[in-house]
Amino acid sequence: MRVLVIVKASRASEAGVMPTEAQLTEMGNYNEELVKAGIMLDGQGLHASSKGKRVRFSGKQRTVIDGPFAETKELIAGYWLWQVRSMDEAIEWLKRAPFEEGDEVEVRPIMELEDFGAELTPELRAQEQRLAAEVASRKGG
Amino acid sequence: MGDTPTREAIATVWRIESARLIGGLVRLVQDVDTAEELAQEALLRALEAWPESGVPHNPGAWLMATAKHRALDLLRRRGMLDRKHAEIERGPQGVPADLDAVLDDAVGDDVLRLMLVACHPVLSRDARVALTLRLLGGLATAEIARAFLQPETTVAQRIVRAKRTLAEAHVPFDVPQGEALHGRIESILEVIYLVFNEGYTATAGTDWMRPALCDEALRLGRILAGLAPHDPEVHGLVALMELQASRQRARTGPTGEPITLADQNRARWDPVLIRRGLAALARADQLAAPRGPYALQAAIAACHARAATIDATDWPRIVAIYDALVEVTQSPIVELNRAVAVGMAFGPEEGLELCEKLAEEPALRNYPHLESVRGDLLYKLRRFEAARIAFERAAELTENLRERDLWLGRARNCEPQN
Repeated sequence: MRVLVIVKASRASEAGVMPTEAQLTEMGNYNEELVKAGIMLDGQGLHASSKGKRVRFSGKQRTVIDGPFAETKELIAGYWLWQVRSMDEAIEWLKRAPFEEGDEVEVRPIMELEDFGAELTPELRAQEQRLAAEVASRKGG
Repeated sequence: MGDTPTREAIATVWRIESARLIGGLVRLVQDVDTAEELAQEALLRALEAWPESGVPHNPGAWLMATAKHRALDLLRRRGMLDRKHAEIERGPQGVPADLDAVLDDAVGDDVLRLMLVACHPVLSRDARVALTLRLLGGLATAEIARAFLQPETTVAQRIVRAKRTLAEAHVPFDVPQGEALHGRIESILEVIYLVFNEGYTATAGTDWMRPALCDEALRLGRILAGLAPHDPEVHGLVALMELQASRQRARTGPTGEPITLADQNRARWDPVLIRRGLAALARADQLAAPRGPYALQAAIAACHARAATIDATDWPRIVAIYDALVEVTQSPIVELNRAVAVGMAFGPEEGLELCEKLAEEPALRNYPHLESVRGDLLYKLRRFEAARIAFERAAELTENLRERDLWLGRARNCEPQN
Protein backbone atom coordinates (compact mmCIF):
# COMPACT_ATOMS: atom_id res chain seq x y z
CA MET A 1 0.00 0.00 0.00
CA ARG A 2 0.95 3.59 -0.37
CA VAL A 3 0.55 6.30 2.18
CA LEU A 4 0.79 10.03 2.00
CA VAL A 5 2.71 11.37 4.97
CA ILE A 6 1.57 14.92 5.51
CA VAL A 7 3.84 17.22 7.44
CA LYS A 8 1.81 19.98 9.03
CA ALA A 9 2.90 23.56 8.97
CA SER A 10 4.38 25.18 12.04
CA ARG A 11 4.78 28.78 13.01
CA ALA A 12 8.36 28.60 11.74
CA SER A 13 7.50 27.00 8.40
CA GLU A 14 4.72 29.54 7.86
CA ALA A 15 7.15 32.34 8.65
CA GLY A 16 9.38 30.99 5.89
CA VAL A 17 12.18 30.12 8.31
CA MET A 18 14.52 27.67 6.57
CA PRO A 19 15.76 24.65 8.56
CA THR A 20 19.20 24.86 10.18
CA GLU A 21 22.12 22.89 8.84
CA ALA A 22 21.82 20.44 11.72
CA GLN A 23 18.14 19.91 11.02
CA LEU A 24 18.81 19.44 7.32
CA THR A 25 21.51 16.89 8.06
CA GLU A 26 19.28 14.94 10.39
CA MET A 27 16.42 14.93 7.93
CA GLY A 28 18.82 14.01 5.15
CA ASN A 29 20.00 10.99 7.09
CA TYR A 30 16.43 9.98 7.79
CA ASN A 31 15.51 10.30 4.12
CA GLU A 32 18.49 8.16 3.25
CA GLU A 33 17.23 5.46 5.61
CA LEU A 34 13.85 5.59 3.91
CA VAL A 35 15.41 5.25 0.48
CA LYS A 36 17.67 2.40 1.62
CA ALA A 37 14.67 0.57 3.02
CA GLY A 38 13.01 0.89 -0.36
CA ILE A 39 9.92 2.67 0.95
CA MET A 40 10.33 6.28 -0.16
CA LEU A 41 8.81 7.02 -3.54
CA ASP A 42 8.65 10.76 -3.46
CA GLY A 43 8.78 13.70 -1.13
CA GLN A 44 8.72 17.48 -1.34
CA GLY A 45 8.61 20.50 0.90
CA LEU A 46 6.16 23.31 0.25
CA HIS A 47 6.60 27.05 0.47
CA ALA A 48 4.75 28.91 3.20
CA SER A 49 1.06 29.52 2.57
CA SER A 50 1.83 33.20 1.97
CA LYS A 51 2.96 32.08 -1.48
CA GLY A 52 -0.18 30.00 -2.00
CA LYS A 53 -3.62 30.77 -3.30
CA ARG A 54 -7.03 29.23 -2.93
CA VAL A 55 -9.99 29.10 -5.23
CA ARG A 56 -13.41 29.03 -3.59
CA PHE A 57 -16.34 27.58 -5.51
CA SER A 58 -19.77 29.02 -4.91
CA GLY A 59 -22.47 28.50 -7.49
CA LYS A 60 -20.95 29.71 -10.71
CA GLN A 61 -18.64 32.04 -8.90
CA ARG A 62 -14.92 31.41 -8.47
CA THR A 63 -13.20 33.53 -5.87
CA VAL A 64 -9.44 33.55 -5.65
CA ILE A 65 -8.07 34.01 -2.16
CA ASP A 66 -4.45 34.93 -1.61
CA GLY A 67 -2.36 33.39 1.19
CA PRO A 68 -1.24 33.39 3.91
CA PHE A 69 -3.95 31.33 5.52
CA ALA A 70 -4.69 31.50 9.19
CA GLU A 71 -5.24 27.97 10.47
CA THR A 72 -1.55 27.01 10.71
CA LYS A 73 -2.17 23.53 12.18
CA GLU A 74 -4.31 22.54 9.20
CA LEU A 75 -1.82 23.73 6.61
CA ILE A 76 0.64 21.45 4.88
CA ALA A 77 4.36 22.15 4.87
CA GLY A 78 5.50 19.08 2.98
CA TYR A 79 4.75 15.50 2.11
CA TRP A 80 6.25 12.09 1.50
CA LEU A 81 4.88 9.31 -0.62
CA TRP A 82 5.76 5.97 0.93
CA GLN A 83 5.30 2.39 -0.17
CA VAL A 84 4.72 0.32 2.95
CA ARG A 85 3.14 -2.98 3.85
CA SER A 86 0.76 -1.65 6.45
CA MET A 87 -0.27 1.45 8.36
CA ASP A 88 1.65 -0.03 11.29
CA GLU A 89 4.81 0.00 9.23
CA ALA A 90 4.22 3.60 8.18
CA ILE A 91 3.72 4.57 11.83
CA GLU A 92 6.85 2.72 12.89
CA TRP A 93 8.90 4.59 10.29
CA LEU A 94 7.30 7.89 11.11
CA LYS A 95 8.11 7.52 14.79
CA ARG A 96 11.77 7.48 13.81
CA ALA A 97 11.59 10.79 11.98
CA PRO A 98 13.55 13.70 13.46
CA PHE A 99 10.71 16.12 14.13
CA GLU A 100 10.67 18.75 16.80
CA GLU A 101 8.66 19.30 19.93
CA GLY A 102 5.06 20.02 19.05
CA ASP A 103 5.28 18.94 15.41
CA GLU A 104 2.44 16.87 14.09
CA VAL A 105 2.58 14.57 11.09
CA GLU A 106 -0.37 12.79 9.55
CA VAL A 107 -0.38 9.48 7.64
CA ARG A 108 -3.19 8.72 5.21
CA PRO A 109 -3.52 5.60 3.09
CA ILE A 110 -3.86 6.30 -0.61
CA MET A 111 -6.82 4.71 -2.33
CA GLU A 112 -5.66 1.85 -4.51
CA LEU A 113 -7.79 -0.07 -6.93
CA GLU A 114 -7.85 -3.79 -6.42
CA ASP A 115 -7.53 -4.29 -10.12
CA PHE A 116 -4.17 -5.90 -10.39
CA GLY A 117 -3.01 -8.31 -12.93
CA ALA A 118 -4.47 -10.48 -15.59
CA GLU A 119 -3.51 -13.88 -16.77
CA LEU A 120 -5.04 -13.19 -20.13
CA THR A 121 -2.41 -11.66 -22.31
CA PRO A 122 -3.45 -10.47 -25.73
CA GLU A 123 -0.66 -10.01 -28.20
CA LEU A 124 1.03 -6.80 -27.20
CA ARG A 125 0.66 -7.45 -23.51
CA ALA A 126 1.78 -11.03 -23.91
CA GLN A 127 4.80 -9.85 -25.78
CA GLU A 128 6.35 -8.34 -22.71
CA GLN A 129 5.53 -11.13 -20.36
CA ARG A 130 6.86 -13.88 -22.55
CA LEU A 131 9.93 -11.82 -22.88
CA ALA A 132 10.18 -11.37 -19.16
CA ALA A 133 9.87 -15.08 -18.48
CA GLU A 134 12.23 -15.92 -21.27
CA VAL A 135 14.94 -13.53 -20.22
CA ALA A 136 14.59 -14.58 -16.60
CA SER A 137 14.93 -18.25 -17.51
CA ARG A 138 17.90 -17.61 -19.81
CA LYS A 139 19.69 -15.69 -17.15
CA GLY A 140 19.07 -18.52 -14.72
CA GLY A 141 20.79 -20.86 -17.16
CA MET B 1 7.46 6.10 25.69
CA GLY B 2 3.85 6.28 26.76
CA ASP B 3 2.00 3.82 24.58
CA THR B 4 2.00 0.08 25.07
CA PRO B 5 3.07 -1.62 21.87
CA THR B 6 0.67 -4.12 20.38
CA ARG B 7 1.74 -7.46 18.96
CA GLU B 8 1.20 -6.00 15.51
CA ALA B 9 3.48 -3.10 16.27
CA ILE B 10 6.22 -5.46 17.38
CA ALA B 11 5.69 -7.64 14.30
CA THR B 12 6.10 -4.51 12.24
CA VAL B 13 9.41 -3.74 13.91
CA TRP B 14 10.42 -7.28 13.01
CA ARG B 15 9.64 -6.73 9.36
CA ILE B 16 11.65 -3.56 9.30
CA GLU B 17 14.61 -4.92 11.24
CA SER B 18 14.80 -8.65 10.53
CA ALA B 19 17.00 -8.55 7.42
CA ARG B 20 19.64 -6.35 9.08
CA LEU B 21 19.38 -8.41 12.24
CA ILE B 22 19.73 -11.80 10.55
CA GLY B 23 22.42 -10.45 8.24
CA GLY B 24 24.52 -9.24 11.17
CA LEU B 25 24.03 -12.50 13.01
CA VAL B 26 24.95 -14.61 9.99
CA ARG B 27 28.28 -12.83 9.90
CA LEU B 28 28.79 -13.75 13.54
CA VAL B 29 27.58 -17.36 13.65
CA GLN B 30 28.15 -18.31 9.99
CA ASP B 31 24.89 -20.22 9.75
CA VAL B 32 21.56 -18.99 8.40
CA ASP B 33 19.40 -21.25 10.52
CA THR B 34 21.13 -20.34 13.77
CA ALA B 35 21.06 -16.65 12.86
CA GLU B 36 17.36 -16.76 12.19
CA GLU B 37 16.70 -18.62 15.41
CA LEU B 38 18.68 -16.09 17.43
CA ALA B 39 16.88 -13.24 15.75
CA GLN B 40 13.50 -14.77 16.48
CA GLU B 41 14.50 -15.40 20.04
CA ALA B 42 15.33 -11.72 20.37
CA LEU B 43 11.90 -10.94 18.97
CA LEU B 44 10.28 -13.13 21.62
CA ARG B 45 12.19 -11.23 24.28
CA ALA B 46 10.89 -8.02 22.79
CA LEU B 47 7.34 -9.33 22.93
CA GLU B 48 7.82 -9.95 26.64
CA ALA B 49 9.75 -6.82 27.50
CA TRP B 50 8.34 -4.04 25.35
CA PRO B 51 4.74 -4.12 26.57
CA GLU B 52 6.23 -3.33 30.02
CA SER B 53 9.04 -1.00 29.12
CA GLY B 54 7.74 0.55 25.92
CA VAL B 55 9.44 0.29 22.57
CA PRO B 56 13.08 1.30 22.96
CA HIS B 57 14.30 4.39 21.20
CA ASN B 58 16.27 2.33 18.69
CA PRO B 59 14.40 -0.99 18.40
CA GLY B 60 16.85 -2.42 15.86
CA ALA B 61 19.82 -1.85 18.17
CA TRP B 62 17.92 -3.39 21.09
CA LEU B 63 17.12 -6.52 19.08
CA MET B 64 20.68 -6.78 17.82
CA ALA B 65 22.19 -6.36 21.28
CA THR B 66 19.86 -9.01 22.69
CA ALA B 67 20.51 -11.47 19.90
CA LYS B 68 24.22 -10.88 19.86
CA HIS B 69 24.43 -11.53 23.56
CA ARG B 70 22.89 -14.95 23.05
CA ALA B 71 25.00 -15.56 19.97
CA LEU B 72 28.21 -15.06 21.93
CA ASP B 73 26.99 -17.46 24.63
CA LEU B 74 26.17 -19.99 21.99
CA LEU B 75 29.48 -19.64 20.22
CA ARG B 76 31.34 -20.04 23.48
CA ARG B 77 29.36 -23.14 24.38
CA ARG B 78 30.20 -24.59 21.02
CA GLY B 79 33.83 -23.81 21.63
CA MET B 80 33.90 -21.59 18.61
CA LEU B 81 35.00 -18.66 20.64
CA ASP B 82 37.54 -18.89 23.39
CA ARG B 83 36.94 -17.23 26.70
CA LYS B 84 39.49 -14.51 26.15
CA HIS B 85 37.97 -13.55 22.86
CA ALA B 86 34.59 -13.40 24.53
CA GLU B 87 35.88 -11.08 27.25
CA ILE B 88 37.15 -8.64 24.68
CA GLU B 89 33.98 -8.89 22.67
CA ARG B 90 31.78 -8.22 25.64
CA GLY B 91 33.41 -5.16 27.06
CA PRO B 92 33.04 -4.06 30.67
CA GLN B 93 29.26 -4.06 31.20
CA GLY B 94 28.57 -7.29 29.45
CA VAL B 95 27.63 -5.30 26.41
CA PRO B 96 29.41 -6.43 23.28
CA ALA B 97 32.23 -3.94 22.78
CA ASP B 98 31.93 -3.83 19.03
CA LEU B 99 28.16 -3.49 19.07
CA ASP B 100 28.27 -0.15 17.35
CA ALA B 101 30.51 -1.59 14.70
CA VAL B 102 28.10 -4.45 14.20
CA LEU B 103 25.23 -2.03 13.87
CA ASP B 104 26.72 0.71 11.77
CA ASP B 105 29.81 -0.51 10.10
CA ALA B 106 28.70 -3.10 7.67
CA VAL B 107 24.93 -2.96 7.88
CA GLY B 108 24.65 -2.55 4.14
CA ASP B 109 27.11 -5.35 3.56
CA ASP B 110 25.21 -7.55 5.97
CA VAL B 111 21.99 -7.20 4.02
CA LEU B 112 23.77 -7.67 0.71
CA ARG B 113 25.56 -10.73 2.08
CA LEU B 114 22.24 -12.15 3.20
CA MET B 115 20.74 -11.55 -0.25
CA LEU B 116 23.73 -13.26 -1.87
CA VAL B 117 23.35 -16.25 0.41
CA ALA B 118 19.59 -16.54 -0.03
CA CYS B 119 20.05 -16.45 -3.81
CA HIS B 120 23.09 -18.68 -3.86
CA PRO B 121 23.46 -20.80 -7.02
CA VAL B 122 23.60 -24.06 -5.01
CA LEU B 123 19.90 -23.55 -4.27
CA SER B 124 17.04 -24.33 -6.61
CA ARG B 125 15.13 -21.39 -8.00
CA ASP B 126 12.10 -22.11 -5.81
CA ALA B 127 14.30 -22.34 -2.74
CA ARG B 128 15.95 -19.02 -3.55
CA VAL B 129 12.60 -17.31 -3.90
CA ALA B 130 11.24 -18.73 -0.65
CA LEU B 131 14.40 -17.99 1.31
CA THR B 132 14.66 -14.45 -0.05
CA LEU B 133 11.08 -13.59 0.86
CA ARG B 134 11.53 -15.12 4.27
CA LEU B 135 14.94 -13.66 5.18
CA LEU B 136 14.92 -10.36 3.28
CA GLY B 137 11.21 -9.67 3.01
CA GLY B 138 10.46 -10.71 6.59
CA LEU B 139 7.45 -12.68 5.33
CA ALA B 140 6.15 -15.63 7.31
CA THR B 141 6.10 -19.06 5.68
CA ALA B 142 2.29 -18.97 5.61
CA GLU B 143 2.35 -15.67 3.72
CA ILE B 144 4.82 -16.98 1.16
CA ALA B 145 2.67 -20.10 0.70
CA ARG B 146 -0.44 -18.00 0.14
CA ALA B 147 1.33 -15.79 -2.33
CA PHE B 148 2.51 -18.73 -4.39
CA LEU B 149 -0.70 -20.73 -3.98
CA GLN B 150 1.21 -23.61 -2.45
CA PRO B 151 0.66 -25.64 0.71
CA GLU B 152 2.38 -24.16 3.74
CA THR B 153 4.14 -27.45 4.51
CA THR B 154 5.71 -27.46 1.05
CA VAL B 155 7.15 -24.00 1.54
CA ALA B 156 8.27 -24.77 5.08
CA GLN B 157 10.11 -27.88 3.91
CA ARG B 158 11.64 -25.98 1.04
CA ILE B 159 13.06 -23.41 3.46
CA VAL B 160 14.39 -26.06 5.84
CA ARG B 161 16.04 -27.92 2.99
CA ALA B 162 17.51 -24.72 1.58
CA LYS B 163 19.15 -23.86 4.87
CA ARG B 164 20.51 -27.38 5.15
CA THR B 165 21.88 -27.21 1.60
CA LEU B 166 23.67 -23.96 2.41
CA ALA B 167 25.17 -25.48 5.55
CA GLU B 168 26.24 -28.68 3.82
CA ALA B 169 27.79 -26.85 0.91
CA HIS B 170 29.73 -24.67 3.37
CA VAL B 171 28.67 -21.62 1.44
CA PRO B 172 30.93 -18.79 2.55
CA PHE B 173 29.23 -15.68 3.89
CA ASP B 174 31.30 -13.17 2.03
CA VAL B 175 30.76 -10.47 -0.54
CA PRO B 176 32.77 -11.32 -3.64
CA GLN B 177 34.40 -8.53 -5.62
CA GLY B 178 34.34 -7.40 -9.22
CA GLU B 179 33.01 -9.75 -11.90
CA ALA B 180 32.30 -12.47 -9.36
CA LEU B 181 30.01 -10.07 -7.48
CA HIS B 182 28.18 -9.17 -10.66
CA GLY B 183 27.62 -12.84 -11.41
CA ARG B 184 26.14 -13.43 -7.97
CA ILE B 185 24.02 -10.29 -8.18
CA GLU B 186 22.52 -11.66 -11.39
CA SER B 187 21.11 -14.50 -9.36
CA ILE B 188 19.50 -12.01 -6.96
CA LEU B 189 18.03 -10.07 -9.88
CA GLU B 190 16.55 -13.24 -11.29
CA VAL B 191 14.86 -14.04 -7.98
CA ILE B 192 13.51 -10.53 -7.57
CA TYR B 193 12.10 -10.52 -11.08
CA LEU B 194 10.52 -13.93 -10.59
CA VAL B 195 8.78 -12.59 -7.50
CA PHE B 196 7.66 -9.52 -9.42
CA ASN B 197 6.22 -11.55 -12.29
CA GLU B 198 4.48 -13.90 -9.93
CA GLY B 199 2.56 -10.90 -8.65
CA TYR B 200 2.26 -9.11 -11.98
CA THR B 201 0.73 -11.98 -13.89
CA ALA B 202 -1.62 -12.97 -11.06
CA THR B 203 -5.24 -13.36 -12.02
CA ALA B 204 -7.50 -10.50 -11.07
CA GLY B 205 -9.48 -10.65 -7.86
CA THR B 206 -7.33 -13.23 -6.12
CA ASP B 207 -5.72 -13.06 -2.74
CA TRP B 208 -4.09 -9.73 -1.98
CA MET B 209 -0.82 -11.49 -1.25
CA ARG B 210 -0.16 -12.06 -4.93
CA PRO B 211 -0.22 -8.43 -6.03
CA ALA B 212 1.71 -7.67 -2.84
CA LEU B 213 4.54 -9.67 -4.37
CA CYS B 214 5.02 -6.88 -6.92
CA ASP B 215 5.49 -4.37 -4.12
CA GLU B 216 7.82 -6.76 -2.32
CA ALA B 217 9.93 -7.24 -5.44
CA LEU B 218 10.07 -3.51 -6.08
CA ARG B 219 11.15 -2.94 -2.54
CA LEU B 220 13.88 -5.58 -2.72
CA GLY B 221 15.03 -4.10 -6.00
CA ARG B 222 15.18 -0.60 -4.57
CA ILE B 223 17.09 -1.89 -1.53
CA LEU B 224 19.55 -3.72 -3.77
CA ALA B 225 20.03 -0.57 -5.85
CA GLY B 226 21.23 1.11 -2.67
CA LEU B 227 23.53 -1.78 -1.75
CA ALA B 228 25.05 -2.34 -5.18
CA PRO B 229 24.77 1.11 -6.78
CA HIS B 230 27.53 0.44 -9.31
CA ASP B 231 25.86 -2.51 -10.97
CA PRO B 232 24.01 -1.25 -14.06
CA GLU B 233 21.70 -4.24 -14.32
CA VAL B 234 20.38 -3.64 -10.81
CA HIS B 235 19.16 -0.24 -11.96
CA GLY B 236 18.00 -1.83 -15.20
CA LEU B 237 15.79 -4.26 -13.33
CA VAL B 238 14.46 -1.58 -10.99
CA ALA B 239 13.64 0.55 -14.05
CA LEU B 240 11.88 -2.36 -15.71
CA MET B 241 9.78 -3.14 -12.65
CA GLU B 242 8.88 0.50 -11.94
CA LEU B 243 7.80 1.00 -15.55
CA GLN B 244 5.78 -2.20 -15.69
CA ALA B 245 4.18 -1.48 -12.34
CA SER B 246 3.26 2.01 -13.57
CA ARG B 247 0.71 0.40 -15.90
CA GLN B 248 -0.88 -1.80 -13.28
CA ARG B 249 -3.95 0.37 -12.76
CA ALA B 250 -4.68 0.47 -16.46
CA ARG B 251 -4.24 -3.22 -17.17
CA THR B 252 -7.71 -4.36 -16.20
CA GLY B 253 -11.22 -3.00 -16.62
CA PRO B 254 -14.01 -2.60 -14.06
CA THR B 255 -14.93 -6.30 -14.07
CA GLY B 256 -11.34 -7.45 -14.02
CA GLU B 257 -11.13 -8.04 -17.75
CA PRO B 258 -7.66 -7.46 -19.13
CA ILE B 259 -6.93 -4.46 -21.33
CA THR B 260 -4.20 -4.62 -23.93
CA LEU B 261 -1.41 -2.09 -24.05
CA ALA B 262 -2.93 -0.62 -27.19
CA ASP B 263 -6.26 0.00 -25.48
CA GLN B 264 -5.09 1.10 -22.07
CA ASN B 265 -6.11 4.50 -20.77
CA ARG B 266 -2.66 5.99 -20.47
CA ALA B 267 -3.94 8.69 -18.15
CA ARG B 268 -4.16 5.92 -15.57
CA TRP B 269 -0.49 5.05 -15.83
CA ASP B 270 1.27 6.06 -12.66
CA PRO B 271 3.44 9.11 -13.31
CA VAL B 272 5.43 8.68 -10.08
CA LEU B 273 6.52 5.19 -11.06
CA ILE B 274 7.20 6.24 -14.64
CA ARG B 275 9.44 9.02 -13.43
CA ARG B 276 11.24 6.67 -11.08
CA GLY B 277 11.60 4.07 -13.83
CA LEU B 278 13.05 6.54 -16.30
CA ALA B 279 15.45 7.84 -13.65
CA ALA B 280 16.62 4.30 -12.84
CA LEU B 281 17.14 3.60 -16.55
CA ALA B 282 19.19 6.77 -16.85
CA ARG B 283 21.36 5.58 -13.96
CA ALA B 284 21.85 2.20 -15.62
CA ASP B 285 22.83 3.94 -18.85
CA GLN B 286 25.33 6.14 -17.06
CA LEU B 287 27.08 3.05 -15.71
CA ALA B 288 27.33 0.85 -18.78
CA ALA B 289 27.71 1.45 -22.48
CA PRO B 290 26.14 -1.77 -23.77
CA ARG B 291 22.86 -2.33 -21.95
CA GLY B 292 22.21 -5.67 -20.28
CA PRO B 293 18.99 -7.62 -20.80
CA TYR B 294 17.07 -5.91 -17.98
CA ALA B 295 18.08 -2.42 -19.06
CA LEU B 296 17.14 -3.31 -22.64
CA GLN B 297 13.69 -4.47 -21.58
CA ALA B 298 13.36 -1.36 -19.45
CA ALA B 299 14.31 0.74 -22.46
CA ILE B 300 11.47 -0.87 -24.41
CA ALA B 301 9.07 -0.22 -21.55
CA ALA B 302 10.35 3.36 -21.46
CA CYS B 303 9.43 3.82 -25.13
CA HIS B 304 5.86 2.90 -24.22
CA ALA B 305 5.90 5.08 -21.13
CA ARG B 306 6.97 8.10 -23.17
CA ALA B 307 4.30 7.62 -25.84
CA ALA B 308 1.02 9.44 -25.31
CA THR B 309 -0.82 6.98 -27.54
CA ILE B 310 -0.12 3.62 -29.14
CA ASP B 311 0.27 5.35 -32.52
CA ALA B 312 2.72 7.85 -31.09
CA THR B 313 4.97 4.97 -30.00
CA ASP B 314 8.44 5.02 -31.45
CA TRP B 315 8.25 1.50 -32.92
CA PRO B 316 11.40 1.74 -35.05
CA ARG B 317 13.32 2.55 -31.89
CA ILE B 318 11.72 -0.42 -30.12
CA VAL B 319 12.79 -2.63 -33.02
CA ALA B 320 16.36 -1.33 -32.67
CA ILE B 321 16.36 -2.16 -28.95
CA TYR B 322 15.02 -5.61 -29.75
CA ASP B 323 17.92 -6.11 -32.16
CA ALA B 324 20.28 -5.66 -29.21
CA LEU B 325 18.14 -7.87 -26.97
CA VAL B 326 18.09 -10.67 -29.54
CA GLU B 327 21.85 -10.48 -29.64
CA VAL B 328 22.18 -10.68 -25.85
CA THR B 329 19.63 -13.40 -25.25
CA GLN B 330 19.85 -15.43 -28.49
CA SER B 331 16.27 -16.36 -27.79
CA PRO B 332 13.69 -17.23 -30.48
CA ILE B 333 10.97 -15.96 -28.15
CA VAL B 334 12.62 -12.56 -28.03
CA GLU B 335 12.78 -12.75 -31.83
CA LEU B 336 9.05 -13.36 -31.89
CA ASN B 337 8.54 -10.27 -29.77
CA ARG B 338 10.75 -8.40 -32.17
CA ALA B 339 8.51 -9.56 -35.02
CA VAL B 340 5.51 -7.95 -33.27
CA ALA B 341 7.44 -4.68 -33.01
CA VAL B 342 8.54 -4.95 -36.65
CA GLY B 343 4.90 -5.42 -37.62
CA MET B 344 4.03 -2.20 -35.80
CA ALA B 345 7.02 -0.28 -37.14
CA PHE B 346 7.22 -1.37 -40.76
CA GLY B 347 3.87 -2.98 -41.47
CA PRO B 348 2.31 -6.40 -40.89
CA GLU B 349 3.84 -7.86 -44.05
CA GLU B 350 7.36 -7.58 -42.66
CA GLY B 351 6.31 -8.85 -39.24
CA LEU B 352 4.66 -11.84 -40.84
CA GLU B 353 7.73 -12.65 -42.89
CA LEU B 354 9.76 -12.89 -39.68
CA CYS B 355 7.08 -15.08 -38.10
CA GLU B 356 7.19 -17.52 -41.00
CA LYS B 357 10.94 -17.83 -40.58
CA LEU B 358 10.55 -18.36 -36.85
CA ALA B 359 8.01 -21.13 -37.46
CA GLU B 360 10.98 -23.28 -38.45
CA GLU B 361 12.54 -22.87 -35.01
CA PRO B 362 12.18 -26.13 -33.06
CA ALA B 363 11.76 -24.18 -29.82
CA LEU B 364 8.68 -22.43 -31.20
CA ARG B 365 6.99 -25.47 -32.63
CA ASN B 366 3.65 -25.78 -30.84
CA TYR B 367 4.18 -22.39 -29.23
CA PRO B 368 0.70 -20.83 -29.06
CA HIS B 369 1.90 -17.22 -29.09
CA LEU B 370 3.64 -17.69 -32.41
CA GLU B 371 0.26 -18.62 -33.88
CA SER B 372 -1.59 -15.79 -32.15
CA VAL B 373 0.96 -13.24 -33.37
CA ARG B 374 0.67 -14.68 -36.89
CA GLY B 375 -3.11 -14.53 -36.60
CA ASP B 376 -2.98 -10.88 -35.62
CA LEU B 377 -0.65 -9.95 -38.48
CA LEU B 378 -2.69 -11.94 -41.01
CA TYR B 379 -5.83 -10.24 -39.76
CA LYS B 380 -4.26 -6.84 -40.29
CA LEU B 381 -3.41 -7.94 -43.83
CA ARG B 382 -7.11 -8.84 -44.24
CA ARG B 383 -6.19 -12.48 -44.90
CA PHE B 384 -9.07 -13.53 -42.67
CA GLU B 385 -9.21 -17.23 -43.49
CA ALA B 386 -5.51 -17.76 -42.72
CA ALA B 387 -5.89 -15.59 -39.61
CA ARG B 388 -8.81 -17.72 -38.40
CA ILE B 389 -6.78 -20.91 -38.78
CA ALA B 390 -3.85 -19.37 -36.90
CA PHE B 391 -6.03 -18.20 -33.99
CA GLU B 392 -7.75 -21.58 -33.80
CA ARG B 393 -4.40 -23.29 -33.74
CA ALA B 394 -3.21 -20.93 -30.98
CA ALA B 395 -6.35 -21.72 -28.97
CA GLU B 396 -5.72 -25.42 -29.46
CA LEU B 397 -2.13 -25.18 -28.29
CA THR B 398 -2.61 -23.14 -25.12
CA GLU B 399 -3.45 -24.63 -21.77
CA ASN B 400 -4.57 -21.28 -20.44
CA LEU B 401 -8.36 -21.07 -20.55
CA ARG B 402 -8.55 -17.30 -20.72
CA GLU B 403 -6.11 -17.21 -23.60
CA ARG B 404 -8.12 -19.92 -25.32
CA ASP B 405 -11.31 -17.85 -24.98
CA LEU B 406 -9.59 -14.79 -26.29
CA TRP B 407 -8.19 -16.50 -29.37
CA LEU B 408 -11.38 -18.40 -30.14
CA GLY B 409 -13.12 -15.03 -30.00
CA ARG B 410 -10.62 -13.57 -32.41
CA ALA B 411 -11.03 -16.60 -34.69
CA ARG B 412 -14.79 -15.97 -34.80
CA ASN B 413 -14.10 -12.36 -35.76
CA CYS B 414 -12.25 -13.63 -38.81
CA GLU B 415 -15.38 -14.93 -40.48
CA PRO B 416 -15.79 -13.41 -43.94
CA GLN B 417 -16.60 -9.78 -43.26
CA ASN B 418 -18.58 -8.92 -46.35
